Amino acid sequence: MACNSSSCQSNCYKNDEEYAEDSPSLTDRKLSTSTNGQQNLCVKCKANQPISSASAGAGAGADDAHFCYGCFRRNLYGKFRLSVTSYSMITPSDNVLVAFSGGPASSVALQFVHEMQHRAQKNFDASKDRSLPVFGVGVAFIDESAVYPDASEKVDDAIREMKLVVSKLTPPMKQLHVFPIENIYTSDSIEGKDRLTKLLDAVNDATGKEDLLLHLRMLALQKVASENGYNRLILGSCTSRIACHVLAATVKGQGYSLSADIQYVDARWDIPVVLPLRDCTAQELNLLCRIDGLKTLQLPNSPPAGINGLVSSFVTLLQEENPSRECTIVRTAGKLTPFHFNRIPEISDCTVPLATRRRQKRYNLKPMESMSSESFCPLCNSPLSNSDLSSSNKPESCQSSRFGGACCSSCRFQILPKDSSSMEHFYLSLPQQMVARVKHGSCDNSSMLRQQIQDCLLSDSEDET
Amino acid sequence: MEEVADTKARKGGARLCSLCDQRRAALKRPKTLEQICRECFYKVFEEEIHQVIVDNQLFKPVERVAIGASGGKDSTVLAYVLSELNRRHNYGLDLFLLSVDEGITGYRDDSLETVKRNEIQYGLPLKIVSYKDLYGWTMDEIVKMIGLKNNCTFCGVFVALDRGAALLKVDKVATGHNAGIYSPNAYRGFAREFIKDLERIRPRAILDIIKSGENFKISTNTKMPEQRTCERCGYISSQKWCKACVLLEGLNRGLPKLGIGQSRGLDNDGRKEVKHSNGTKNIESKQCGTLDF
Repeated sequence: MACNSSSCQSNCYKNDEEYAEDSPSLTDRKLSTSTNGQQNLCVKCKANQPISSASAGAGAGADDAHFCYGCFRRNLYGKFRLSVTSYSMITPSDNVLVAFSGGPASSVALQFVHEMQHRAQKNFDASKDRSLPVFGVGVAFIDESAVYPDASEKVDDAIREMKLVVSKLTPPMKQLHVFPIENIYTSDSIEGKDRLTKLLDAVNDATGKEDLLLHLRMLALQKVASENGYNRLILGSCTSRIACHVLAATVKGQGYSLSADIQYVDARWDIPVVLPLRDCTAQELNLLCRIDGLKTLQLPNSPPAGINGLVSSFVTLLQEENPSRECTIVRTAGKLTPFHFNRIPEISDCTVPLATRRRQKRYNLKPMESMSSESFCPLCNSPLSNSDLSSSNKPESCQSSRFGGACCSSCRFQILPKDSSSMEHFYLSLPQQMVARVKHGSCDNSSMLRQQIQDCLLSDSEDET
Repeated sequence: MEEVADTKARKGGARLCSLCDQRRAALKRPKTLEQICRECFYKVFEEEIHQVIVDNQLFKPVERVAIGASGGKDSTVLAYVLSELNRRHNYGLDLFLLSVDEGITGYRDDSLETVKRNEIQYGLPLKIVSYKDLYGWTMDEIVKMIGLKNNCTFCGVFVALDRGAALLKVDKVATGHNAGIYSPNAYRGFAREFIKDLERIRPRAILDIIKSGENFKISTNTKMPEQRTCERCGYISSQKWCKACVLLEGLNRGLPKLGIGQSRGLDNDGRKEVKHSNGTKNIESKQCGTLDF
């Protein structure tokens, strides 16, 4: 912002450096403008036409429109690769599962993972010693037609499309796992459907119902991954999605556990979950899908209701006003302390090749401040704060109320039914994995621990005498 | 207000107050969802505020306390409750109303009238502090200078309640900030609407936001703004000069845009700081408006 007028006589200290910086690019731009006869060029390579003028009026995102196609794509892939490598999300001997909904974010995630695998395969074929194997990739689709029965035909069409999409992403081959969400119960799908409907019907709050479905979906993804021998789960959650989650979680009173959900790595699950697109915005992903012609499928899920819907329209509004708002929200929330499980656990298994282990170690060394937490809400699996714990320590007689007591305050309010009889029904319709979380939860742990060290403890009466 | 009308319309006076069990319930309290009558609401509400004052030791006897009064519902309720509790529980406070006149024609006039009514109604003396008194500029004059864009920055920075209070040698300022306001969010206009929508869908959301804020564990290596004093006016500031002084300086020099826009961390850039503390250079280079703080 130095003075532009040549008449300014004051000794602006900034002038020299700014002119030195600015002038070459300025002249460059002028030159190219005159030679090409075009208005503007890609801000990065200054050689090609930016996307905005190439696909005139296609509604390209304001910020990305300054790049040409090549630079835009490299930039986006670069962000993906940077998060994959700096958090050691994928190491050579891994077998990763991409959660695929057919939307733009997961389409890009799948495409990028494929490109990365393809490159690894080329390197493998070219290398002599073949010490670094190529990681495996699978694709999972959670079929929720049990929840939206009207849409089952469309879901069938979508699955057919997906098979086509996945079959084209070769070599190497990828397997598509279609998993009906009711299979989180048993393999008997009729009974599962019945229990799932009962479970969701017991929740009155629209937001609570939506969030419960989200937790069930994660349960399903975990099940697919563990049943098929995957050791990473890749989600396509992008900046926009995470920004919405930050605000929604704040509104729901989940300030304590929020930081666990918004990191690149979330290893509180049996199969660690990673978010390589955390730094990409939805606008960028949509644009890439459109230009690359990636097939995206619009599944007829109901639009977000209640708090989630309100938050996402609020964030959209903010984003329209200032295109960097979503990044700002996520960056601000990034100042919260992460949890100890927000990193990939070290490989201690000796069967894993040494080269892989060394590679992982190199990237995983970054020191990180973190909080530790031993107890989790059995419904949403979020770490429990001390206030949640103290209110859950009351001894409860029946199992369902004991379950309710172990939940975080947010789930208790928006998911659990208030009266005891519907709570009983709700509890009986819960999938086994969630019920088991309480049984293995902290209460039992601490009482078991207490039993083990019983002999070394002084009882109150002994103390007094 | 809406809730009162709403509950009345829904049931023809069937339900009784859940506290006294005698009178008809007149409203459903968003905080607790109890259905209570008008009298009990007053009682509980005033008692809760008294409890907050006592628990947090907000006031000491013989303190001079200014009540920030805008004429809106929050500050009117505050003026009433404080004067009532001061009488009832013998706080021994010297209370008075403090209003700020930004000098915007047609904006404050009405609300100042309301405050003057409050003055008579609750028997509290009223002091009005104007931007003209404090800074030598009314908002109207500032707008004339800077135009319609960015003038909110001035109004926001010049928020005069605390300075006015300092001018009048006050011990404490009481404001009508409440759960509805303290929900953290800086995107004012949209956020206000958003918070209202939230409250409509789920009344408890506002309290949940505060709870979330209390539970945020901020990473220790985050740089937090430090509190220091402004080198010009001696008032609290996070920077070398407080924003009000910077803006004021700009206005008085005829450079109203000074201090608006991208700020480039003064403290991070030692070189820049040297330049600023050097008086003559400072004046020389001001002409081109590069002096943003």
